[in-house]
Amino acid sequence: MSRIESEIAVIDTEIAVIGGGIAGLSTALHVALRGVPVVVLESRQAGAAASGVNFGGVRRNGRALAELELAARAIEIWHRLPELVGNDCEYSVTGHLKVARNDDDMATMAAHAEAQAPYGCAVEMISRNALMARYPWFSDAAYGAAWCASDGQANPRLLGPAFARAARANGADIREHEPVAALEKDGDGFLLRCDSGLEVRARQVVNAAGAWGARVAGWLGEAVELWPMMPQMVVTEPAPYFIEPALGVVGGDVYVRQIPRGNIIFGGRSGTADLDEGFGHAMTEEALGALQRTALVIPRMAEMNIIRLWSGVEGCTPDQLPVLGPSATTPGVIHAFGFSGHGFCLGPGVGAVVAELALDGETRTAIDAFDIRRFQS
Amino acid sequence: MSTESERGQFQRLSETGRPQITIHVDGEPVTALAGDTVMTALLLAGARLREFEFGGGGRRDARAGFCLMGACQDCWVNVEGGGSLRACTSYVSEGLRLTTGGGEAR
Amino acid sequence: MSDEQKILIVGAGPAGTRAAELLSGRGLRPIVVDEAPASGGQIYRRQPPGFLRAARLRYCFEAAKAEALHACFDGLTERIDYRPDTSVWSIEDNVAFTLGPGGVERIPFEALILCTGAVDRVIPIPGWTLPGVFTMGGAQIALKAQGCAVGRRVAFLGSGPLLYLVAYQYARAGASVAAVLDTARLGDALPVLPGLFAGGSLLAKGLWYQNWLRLKGVRLRRGVLPVAIAGEERVSGLRYRSGNGRERRIECDAVAFGWGVKSECQLAELAGCEMRFDGAARQWLPVSDDDGRAGVAGVYLAGDGAGVMGADAAEYRGELAALALLSERGAAVDDRRRRYLKARLGRLTRFRIAIDRALPYPDGLAAAQPDDTIVCRCEGVTAGDIRHGQSLEPAEINRAKAYTRLGMGRCQGRMCGLAAAEILAHHNGVGLAEIGRLRGQAPVKPLHIGIAGQAARDDPDRAASI
Repeated sequence: MSRIESEIAVIDTEIAVIGGGIAGLSTALHVALRGVPVVVLESRQAGAAASGVNFGGVRRNGRALAELELAARAIEIWHRLPELVGNDCEYSVTGHLKVARNDDDMATMAAHAEAQAPYGCAVEMISRNALMARYPWFSDAAYGAAWCASDGQANPRLLGPAFARAARANGADIREHEPVAALEKDGDGFLLRCDSGLEVRARQVVNAAGAWGARVAGWLGEAVELWPMMPQMVVTEPAPYFIEPALGVVGGDVYVRQIPRGNIIFGGRSGTADLDEGFGHAMTEEALGALQRTALVIPRMAEMNIIRLWSGVEGCTPDQLPVLGPSATTPGVIHAFGFSGHGFCLGPGVGAVVAELALDGETRTAIDAFDIRRFQS
Repeated sequence: MSTESERGQFQRLSETGRPQITIHVDGEPVTALAGDTVMTALLLAGARLREFEFGGGGRRDARAGFCLMGACQDCWVNVEGGGSLRACTSYVSEGLRLTTGGGEAR
Repeated sequence: MSDEQKILIVGAGPAGTRAAELLSGRGLRPIVVDEAPASGGQIYRRQPPGFLRAARLRYCFEAAKAEALHACFDGLTERIDYRPDTSVWSIEDNVAFTLGPGGVERIPFEALILCTGAVDRVIPIPGWTLPGVFTMGGAQIALKAQGCAVGRRVAFLGSGPLLYLVAYQYARAGASVAAVLDTARLGDALPVLPGLFAGGSLLAKGLWYQNWLRLKGVRLRRGVLPVAIAGEERVSGLRYRSGNGRERRIECDAVAFGWGVKSECQLAELAGCEMRFDGAARQWLPVSDDDGRAGVAGVYLAGDGAGVMGADAAEYRGELAALALLSERGAAVDDRRRRYLKARLGRLTRFRIAIDRALPYPDGLAAAQPDDTIVCRCEGVTAGDIRHGQSLEPAEINRAKAYTRLGMGRCQGRMCGLAAAEILAHHNGVGLAEIGRLRGQAPVKPLHIGIAGQAARDDPDRAASI
């Protein structure tokens, strides 16, 4: 922080965003692009929590129908990343395979594929024989798959920082290591108090606090159940490139992608976290299970070495859909949290939607299913 | 005598009285001595252990280990048929078959 | 002994050996896990069975100490649970996860003594990834444990106690020493001569090696600045600037280099130890008190892994940690012995400070590397990549890691992390402490998926159905 900034104890702005993950940073960029003042208050580093340490899937295959329109909007932005944020974030349309374990999985996925079709997302069912012909490295555990050619993957470590840089370049004020301690009504707007003593006055507030989003909602008298979820990741040493599509097995215990450099990133089970501390920790015991299960699906991986484990904290709602839309109690506050493990793909689109809600009072994307009132009986 | 070449990176200075062991490197027999590490055997015969994965412009640089104490992890060599071993902390054994090439898709 | 009472010692070098000696002598049966096939650590590393080279050739002036330490450990094997060829790759919730000949095992422990040692401190310079470039310690191991030289004509570069010793050992063994290039100047030693004498014979040994090399006609140069290691497919030479600034070139087919050693502390970090930046060591170190107590219940640190003080100090620190562990358990310990050990350590600390000043780390050399110098040898990340991080301009080392893959390769930043921090700190105009550290993450060494997966404790039905 520069000396001049450090002397300013109060900032006046139009929109204050709590949380500098991808949802908040994309919001900041889209607001700033329209010339409106915006401040992001991030408790740690921009894009370094769940946004920066997740699996890296950019996928519609198997996604809840309610999220498909938002996902389509996000993916349209994913394709424009180089012009929008000056970095492609290693986004690559590799396709995604949702792998079945049995006939029941195949039937469920086929029904879902049909339901997805009207959203412009083509998903093709692949029989076991066809799957083995295309990807002979699968074991017998793969029973068939749903294939979505328009899905892809990207490097999570770059996305948030690239949005932060672009937002700053367009005038957004992004404050890192600036945890928000309190949010109060203040005349027509709001006053946000940070642990550091910094105060931000804003006309509107965006709650993009991820796993901490329910705390912020609680300040407004809005109760939302939000569990911390800590997806755990593993990465191998570089190996010859053979897994072109990203893939996930039905049930969520195995998901795998390989980058052209050769490292295979795969997930499984959960790490641990302390929300007050702010970190996710990998769990060795859980990792052993992930290694075993993944090698059952892709036997060739059994001969590879892993070189690192990690985890991060994300917020999961009871129906595993995000909270996205205006506060039910407090006009001027917009929620965008609880992405339940789906936020990386959606994040760029979330910012576009929130910017519309804040600046136009409405959005062209369907978000009714994400209304916070669904949890308030 | 073990397979020691003028082109070899290492030079054996002593301890030559041990039993011979033959391993295969890229299909070629390499004679080593019992108690040689894989790194010693390979670097007495040549000046490379493996290809570096991230060479630019189609050219792959060779790597030949660095720390010799299992810390830098720069000497992992592939075992024929799958798997790999750390050359500086693994010892030669009869029948061992290694490859020093690398990164092409299998 | 039940799981709850287990004492785990990681590392069977000087510190681990002395800790195991004391504890086993008091009727306890510690588990000693060591990566090597035989005890001794790196400093007193043993040669494989069947090798005949005499100890005095391998350990020089330290031969008696090495043999005493080996004999001590060999006398313990009935009274300890010794697991050679086994490395600890993760520690969490008082369980150490090991990988050894029997695969992955869990060792629940009540007390843990980490004696994880040190590795060479290197500064990336152009050409350092060429075949034929090795760490100073690595070059010594080739000779000590394999009877080989790392080249036919070897140049030695760096500073620190190993520089002249290894060059001497090479020359003595019949290898051709192309040159010994010391980045320290003679003048660096003069103000600290009294401190150096505190180390007594250590100083004499260093001078003796230099003198021997000089008499043999080996080219010794002080105050040099390395420029680059030359070569296409392997080393062909070493370019450096001499004290008067003129660029020179040495013809050689191997380079051994290093600037002392740095602590290996990933496991201490995984065990929950607080990490603090140590300005003298120029690295983050796990915090421990004079007795080796780490501040985490049941965790003790000893030897160079807890801050580099050398092999003699490691023996004292191993014993001190074991004494602290005993007294924590309410056992009677000999206070006079403890005071004696601390007094010896104090003397070695003064010598260490003097050594660091006499053989200073070349401040600024890492930071001065051109943008195209590879820094992270695992991932091929250059100094320029670190400075600019895909134009995202990292201000902290974990941001540089995120943007560039620095330290994300097989070694997890073990070799390049300190130099990368210097490059980034200098570029951002901040101190090393402010640039942060690459955090230790499991597995601290590469881990085989198939072998490790066999240790999973998942419900077999669930595993079978994926």
